[in-house]
Amino acid sequence: MTDNIKIVENATCTFCGCVCDDMDLHVDVEEKKIVKAKNACVLGRAWFAEHTIEDAPAAMIDGKEVSIEEAIEEAAQTLVKAKFPITYGLSDTTCEAQRQAVAISDFVKGTIDTTTSVCHGPSGLAFQGVGESTSTLGEVKNRADLVIYWGGNPAESHPRHFGRYAVTPKGMFTPGGKKDRTVVLVDVRKTKSSPVADILVRPKPGKDFEVLWALRALVKGKTLSNDIEKDTGVPLDVLKDLVERMKNCRFGVLFFGMGLTMTRGRHFNSGALLALANDLNEFTHFVAKPVRGHGNVTGADNVVSWQTGYPFGVNFSRGYPRFNPGEFTTVDTLSNGHADAALIIASDPASNFPKKAIDHLKRIPIIVLDTKSTETTKDAHVAFRTATYGINTTGTVYRMDDVAITLRPAFESPFPDDETILTGIRKRVHELMLAKHKAHGASGEAKVASPSKD
Amino acid sequence: MILVPGRSSKQGTSLNHGKLKQEYIDVTSTLEMNQDDMAKLKLVDGDSVRLKNDVGETIVNCIGKKPEDLPSGMLFIPYGPPSSQLMESDTAGSGMPLSKHMEVEIEKVGG
Repeated sequence: MTDNIKIVENATCTFCGCVCDDMDLHVDVEEKKIVKAKNACVLGRAWFAEHTIEDAPAAMIDGKEVSIEEAIEEAAQTLVKAKFPITYGLSDTTCEAQRQAVAISDFVKGTIDTTTSVCHGPSGLAFQGVGESTSTLGEVKNRADLVIYWGGNPAESHPRHFGRYAVTPKGMFTPGGKKDRTVVLVDVRKTKSSPVADILVRPKPGKDFEVLWALRALVKGKTLSNDIEKDTGVPLDVLKDLVERMKNCRFGVLFFGMGLTMTRGRHFNSGALLALANDLNEFTHFVAKPVRGHGNVTGADNVVSWQTGYPFGVNFSRGYPRFNPGEFTTVDTLSNGHADAALIIASDPASNFPKKAIDHLKRIPIIVLDTKSTETTKDAHVAFRTATYGINTTGTVYRMDDVAITLRPAFESPFPDDETILTGIRKRVHELMLAKHKAHGASGEAKVASPSKD
Repeated sequence: MILVPGRSSKQGTSLNHGKLKQEYIDVTSTLEMNQDDMAKLKLVDGDSVRLKNDVGETIVNCIGKKPEDLPSGMLFIPYGPPSSQLMESDTAGSGMPLSKHMEVEIEKVGG
């Protein structure tokens, strides 16, 4: 460590969807590394400590170092030649970069999808079907006296969710902090989050929908038999007690995680929970919020929505956006063998996708932008090493409650940021598509709209 | 048995270090298992087990959890490349594979 330490106040951690913006970063300017991250949780400390400048080429084609310009040219050519190019990832980059990725997908008449489809995608479907009684995390902090976590383990996935937003902080109408709140945890197993809960509810695996529907019935005054325990694993008395607490609280919140969206029922589970929150507004104020994983996955939903009208799984092959989860979502475009080229931004599907999807991904040309080496970068046709958002670059991200936050970078990276690379690809793709249309005798300018930003 | 992959603190910190590093590989290859279920299969902490289903198979190491923490019949693993080998690709028209509810068979490796 050198003596040349710079302090960046109120910096933002972009590791998880909490997007805590109260970091004080101590930066060794000469060594280009963060030596201390005050206020960071265990995940945030690792995020800041491990994102140093690695000795690696900024761009490679088939494993050989090339100039960034050559890599951009090859990436653009690959996307334009493809019949079914897909764009995927985007949850760990800025909104500015996400915007460029949407433009690229539009120009090449491809498909754009984000990690939302394998995260809260089912909740996205449920929002469209049921609606969302929502709030910011600030409202939760200041008002919520009943906090329910369903199908998640924030102590390990979002360690500051309890302390900064929902359980222990003292708010305007919750001056006693934890003392003014009742915390309920619903999960199939005991986790590191369990000690924070006043009430633990343990349904049988795959029975969340039945428990939620039973709660809805009780809220509506229906009678249930004790057999509900045999089916769900949850005694009727526990359900009745929970319903009374929900109806009689001042401000209740249901935070829900992957335990609902990644299990049997998927969007029906999320929809049942959202419907329960809606039902409870007959009696009190109740909101429901998905607990989002990656630092800017909420931004990805917002950017793709405001540019296409849909949050994920969007296809441009007909020249206008179409939304169809199950067809245009990435697990499906890969598993069904439809995709013939992939632009992967800040994501590692080769590590986390189903085997069949990974097998197809390895058969097609992949263009990858990432800050580190991953299973996906290993198979890349074109690989860009990029700067880390929030540490090396500014930009905009959305917290899990849709609050936009501007990033304060700590030190410069020798690598370009995602937005720069994607802007380069977008410009070149636009030129190539115009040339393609002219070669076919059509009016290229009419078919390929000009981007709004250079 | 039902396999539930999910986030753990160690998985979260080790992925920052690097997904190709040994620490991440070790974390995502460690299976948590009900102690009573382990006893029935004559398994002790650190034993290698094969998980398999119709999709594929993977070999991981198991560690025991108290029955009150992890019910009998349930397995937990920090998600990563090994759990992906068992994930069904059918999304039932939703875009989402059943990533947290995989039916698997388990057997001891190496006798």
